[in-house]
Amino acid sequence: MTGLLAYATYLPVGRIEKNRVVASFDEDSSTLGVAAAQALVGSGPAPRYLYFSTSTPAYADKTNATTLLAALGLPSTVFASDLVGTGRSTAAGLRAARLTGGLVVTGDVRVGKPGSADERGGADGAAALLLGDGDVIAEILAEVSESAEFLDRWRSPLSRTGEQWEERFGFEQYATLVRTAAGRALDAAGIDEADHVVLTSPNAGVSKKAGSLVKGRLSTSGNPVGFLGAGDLAVALAGVLDTAAAGETILLLSAVDGCDAWVLRATELLPSRRQTVPLAAQLAAGRPVPYLTYLSWRGLVERELPRRPEPDRPAGPPSARSASWKFAFTGSRCTACSFLHLPPLRVCRQCGGADAMEPVRAADLLGTVATFTVDRLAFSPSPPVVDVVVDFVGGGRTSLEVADAVPEEIRVGTEVALTFRSLFTAGGVHNYFWKARVR
Amino acid sequence: MSSNGIADKVAIVGMGCTEFGELWDSSTDDLLLDAVGECLSSAGIGRDDVDAFWLGTLGSGQSGLTLSRPLGLDYKPVTRVENYCATGSESFRNACYAVASGAYDRVMAVGVEKLKDSGFSGLLRADPPADGTAAELSLTAPAAFSLLDPAYCAKYGVDPTQMRAAMTHVAWKNHVNGARNPKAQFRSEVSKEKIEAAPRVAGRLGIFDCSGVSDGAAAALIVRAEDAYDYTDRPIFVKALALASGPMRGGLDPAYDFTSFPEVLASARDAYRQAGITDPAAQLSFAEVHDCFTPTEIVLMEDLGFTAAGQAWKDMLAGDFDADGRLPVNVDGGLKSFGHPVGASGLRMLYEAWLQLRGEAGARQLADPHTALTHNLGGRPGGCVSFVSVVGNEPGVLIG
Repeated sequence: MTGLLAYATYLPVGRIEKNRVVASFDEDSSTLGVAAAQALVGSGPAPRYLYFSTSTPAYADKTNATTLLAALGLPSTVFASDLVGTGRSTAAGLRAARLTGGLVVTGDVRVGKPGSADERGGADGAAALLLGDGDVIAEILAEVSESAEFLDRWRSPLSRTGEQWEERFGFEQYATLVRTAAGRALDAAGIDEADHVVLTSPNAGVSKKAGSLVKGRLSTSGNPVGFLGAGDLAVALAGVLDTAAAGETILLLSAVDGCDAWVLRATELLPSRRQTVPLAAQLAAGRPVPYLTYLSWRGLVERELPRRPEPDRPAGPPSARSASWKFAFTGSRCTACSFLHLPPLRVCRQCGGADAMEPVRAADLLGTVATFTVDRLAFSPSPPVVDVVVDFVGGGRTSLEVADAVPEEIRVGTEVALTFRSLFTAGGVHNYFWKARVR
Repeated sequence: MSSNGIADKVAIVGMGCTEFGELWDSSTDDLLLDAVGECLSSAGIGRDDVDAFWLGTLGSGQSGLTLSRPLGLDYKPVTRVENYCATGSESFRNACYAVASGAYDRVMAVGVEKLKDSGFSGLLRADPPADGTAAELSLTAPAAFSLLDPAYCAKYGVDPTQMRAAMTHVAWKNHVNGARNPKAQFRSEVSKEKIEAAPRVAGRLGIFDCSGVSDGAAAALIVRAEDAYDYTDRPIFVKALALASGPMRGGLDPAYDFTSFPEVLASARDAYRQAGITDPAAQLSFAEVHDCFTPTEIVLMEDLGFTAAGQAWKDMLAGDFDADGRLPVNVDGGLKSFGHPVGASGLRMLYEAWLQLRGEAGARQLADPHTALTHNLGGRPGGCVSFVSVVGNEPGVLIG
């Protein structure tokens, strides 16, 4: 029976006032999704379906899930598709994956008007849920939905920031939907009450007053991170999976234009297969970002940039030819002398052998800084650029920008890992590539 | 190395060089006309007497038309070349070969760059459409060369304060030299305090650690050595021309430590063999080297064999490479003060050799120089092209 096999969340390190989680200038919903999903691929067979849900897609008219597919190094036989729009999109992903198995990834960069409740109450982040048969960490006992049309929250597709009707109006609508969906879900699961209730909603009143609508035997919670758009329900679920004990039940409620409800039961495998860093620890590990810097990252203020030309957009054919490098960070290893080339080359730099190479995915390798510099002249959406020459454990060297850089933290010998980011956007094209991040 | 060299087969019999700087009132065409005009008159010939032209420019024009149009040349062969910041030297190298081959009697090498029309700081790149992953896209030239500084300190155990002082000495020296050069972009001495207090550009490089971004042009007329005295009683003979283009291994190979340019070592070895040089520091009278950024000049002193590895910072501080030191380096101010109009720079280095070896360098004239080296580099640590020439004012074996 299809259940949950694994889960992971990713919260960016930036924080503005009152611990509001903010993605860096080089992160978008797709890169956040890659960061969350990276931990769930690589070991075991590749999923056959990849559903990517977001309310803030990096591209329209182009599938974002294929960016994730490429960055995660998944094969072309995977069906990768977007589910774009609202928190409901992730419900669609979960429903689909329950039928087909596969990876549900959700990521969002939520933007509110400066100083608004949306800005304060929102959050940026991502989650990934792997569904399938076999050694599940949680069974899905029930799945029901209520759908409704009313005006609580909306956004023009051309606008970065959204609107909301009076909160109490939406709350009243949702209260009925949540109670109904919860009752139906518990009935379907054959239980009177759940051990844990997780209720998320774009209506802040609903998540705040969750306890007055449905109560869990042990806990009742909303999303502890903040409203995450499409990521809301998956991130909140992860927060409960971080602590739930084997055998406990979870009623997951997502109140978005109706209410979707699932009842899950943790198996005895959950305690040993939780994500490596719990959501609470990710939330606590932030670093302040100056508010003006944050506004410039979102394009809400325009800062003066170095007197340098803006970069050209990445070109389609070269990007396609080098997709395994650009997206999956796959180099080539000489089969004669084992020298690792990052980027991949056809002629070995060590032994001179030609066309005797095998591909090596290096995205999960760790490395150390061989030398570094802070470039105050280079174009960047958020100068200065910090660059490092990285020597990887087991061989291989390449030069990379540093993500979430604190120049003072970097020394020769600093240990780094890799993270998928968007270097810049030019001509509407996101220049996706990997950066180093301090471990 | 397999190059045979063309030692003493060709000579420079005329040169021209414009003032370098922010020449808002001069177009690329104006710069070309000025440099070519000075070159022709110094050789005492007319435009139509030149059989062929080589033109070096990184980005101020494409094709031979960039030169034939402003000069109004009637159907002469003009070849445009580009080899990053070694473009001017590449123009010269190919022009020399054209004469040495016997194909032409009189060939002019020209280099030009008009950098100050872009409105941007530093050099611009004109890369082919790409996948957006190249490190060069985000790492500017000063940042790439700033990698030398911490790596050099780490390898040789140099206190960063001492290294900073050595870098400062390079900038200070080249400003002192530039102050004695009426064609230099920067003609004033700058105190060491001011150099070290300047705003940072990349790593520990401040603005005074960077070469001048400028407009300018230079030209040389090359003839067969045996014809040289028909044009001037003080020709300059070409002893060696070497070029090395790297495999860009340094950026991929953890064995590379960012304290040396393998391309410079290779080109110097080739040039010294062609010229019969065994002890460059003793046999050369002076050198013009590619001081794009101050740490570059320090590393080049070692790669060109002017001092031992790990010693250049000390020698620099001791004044060994000052105008009155044991081996004057960049006595015209170098890229730092003369300025760096990319396509012209390699020929500008030869222009200083031309003046010094003929005793025409005015306030900065060295005593009785006989042999000079020019070194011109394009690219960055980890992958570059490196050019070395040796020229002298006498044909035949070098004076030791």
